[in-house]
Amino acid sequence: MRRNWLSYPYLFWVLLFILLPLLLVLYYSITSITGEGIRFTLEHFQRFMEPIYLRVLFRSVKLAFISTVLCLLLGYPMAMILAGKNFKKKNVMVFLFVVPMWMNFLLRTYAWMTLLEKNGLINTFLARLGLSPLNILYTEKAVVLGMVYNFLPFMVLPIYSVLSKIDKSLIEAAEDLGANGITVFRKVIFPLSLPGVASGITMVFMPAVTTFVISRLLGGGQFTLIGNLIEQQFLVAGDWNFGSAISMVMMAVILLSIGIMSRYERENEGGGLW
Amino acid sequence: MKRFLARGYAALIYLFLYAPILILIVFSFNASKSRGNWAGFTLNWYLELFQDRQIMKALYYTMVIAVLSAIIATVIGTAAAIGIHNMKRLKKTIVMNLTYIPVVNPDIVTGLSLMLLFIFTNLQLGFVSLLLAHITFNIPYVILSVLPKLKQLDKNLYEAALDLGATPLYAYRKVILPEIMPGIVTGLLLAFTLSVDDFVVSFFTTGSGVSTLSIIVYSMARRGINPKINALSSLLFLTVLILLVIVNFRSGENKNKE
Repeated sequence: MRRNWLSYPYLFWVLLFILLPLLLVLYYSITSITGEGIRFTLEHFQRFMEPIYLRVLFRSVKLAFISTVLCLLLGYPMAMILAGKNFKKKNVMVFLFVVPMWMNFLLRTYAWMTLLEKNGLINTFLARLGLSPLNILYTEKAVVLGMVYNFLPFMVLPIYSVLSKIDKSLIEAAEDLGANGITVFRKVIFPLSLPGVASGITMVFMPAVTTFVISRLLGGGQFTLIGNLIEQQFLVAGDWNFGSAISMVMMAVILLSIGIMSRYERENEGGGLW
Repeated sequence: MKRFLARGYAALIYLFLYAPILILIVFSFNASKSRGNWAGFTLNWYLELFQDRQIMKALYYTMVIAVLSAIIATVIGTAAAIGIHNMKRLKKTIVMNLTYIPVVNPDIVTGLSLMLLFIFTNLQLGFVSLLLAHITFNIPYVILSVLPKLKQLDKNLYEAALDLGATPLYAYRKVILPEIMPGIVTGLLLAFTLSVDDFVVSFFTTGSGVSTLSIIVYSMARRGINPKINALSSLLFLTVLILLVIVNFRSGENKNKE
């Protein structure tokens, strides 16, 4: 049954609304308009190499990295608990991790704004206990907190799904051969769960490094990340060329991290068991 | 002891995930504007919300865009999935890689690249551009929910229908479509949810006068805290929760049938 033509509207759509826009970004990033017309240039990328912009890139990668590590540390034990057999209402528990993934991240970020605020619930509570207030709103800490809060489910679920597929007899075999709990984890469970860890890391790091909303709402605009920089170039400064160049850099960072992680995922899928 | 620790840890994580949302919802009924003190129950913020013409207009646009983009994306995406399913290997790989672009690309790049396209082609930013953008990021998710159903399909079914005298079109309508219907409906609901939920792409591709609820929430939140956003957030949260329960319930039912 040949029904290839059914996909033609879609292919047309892909060309017009996915490939062409990306080519436009590429085009703007390597051209600039001068008195004589349009010419090719790498000046926008050169401009990005200035310390002020490199610092922004560095800060984005740093905050995303810290958040990813925190998500991994908090999420791995949670995934193990979910994958463990001693829970009756496992489906509900897993579903409770899916719900926040689908909830608008603006709302989740806003929820923390109201909590962390100077007269917010946390500070009112601390004051009542006679403790000094916590002033972390509009700092890097608040941005990291927002990222961890928003992206934790994206770390837990992939690890959970890999862990729950591990053949239990492998663990029993290791135990029969005399391995204790820690050795079983180190030598059997953790290596087998690496594909899940890799996709969890990708799914947390990517949105964290590209966000401009979390940093704008919880960082109060002082902690400009690469996403904010792009947004500003397009919507405030109106410098599409520079904005496009930064977008190209950001896509390169993303592709690089996906490349590294997916190699890891595949290597383990193929050869992990033998 | 170990079990106790595990339960305690899980409880803490759930508290971390849900407490902020629950507090947000509780405080949407707070009579005082303060976020630290409870001053009695009120529905005032909800009343104000429904009297706010800007917000009601945004609600209207959010719903219209979500319904239209979900339906159009489902039609294009289902047709595409059938086409892709029948493609030869190499072509299939190329098309599937293209399909993953909007899924993998950061939202901000999808949004601004579409904005560039619309401005470049002189399309005025507003309702139409917003709709086109939403269809664009919805289609891949429809394809990805329909394709697995096509793979499960028994090839002989279609041929049996033809042998029994059905025209190809009739066979598709009566044999293939009912079989892949669960995937299509899941794709439709997914597309609708994604559209309602989207902020970043909408933010870049909309023009003056046309806002969605997320855009309103963002611009209000940027100016500080406002109990009306609490009320609005609670309603949005409830909508997504209901949709998810429906989707989950559906896929659970399908599994039981199998």
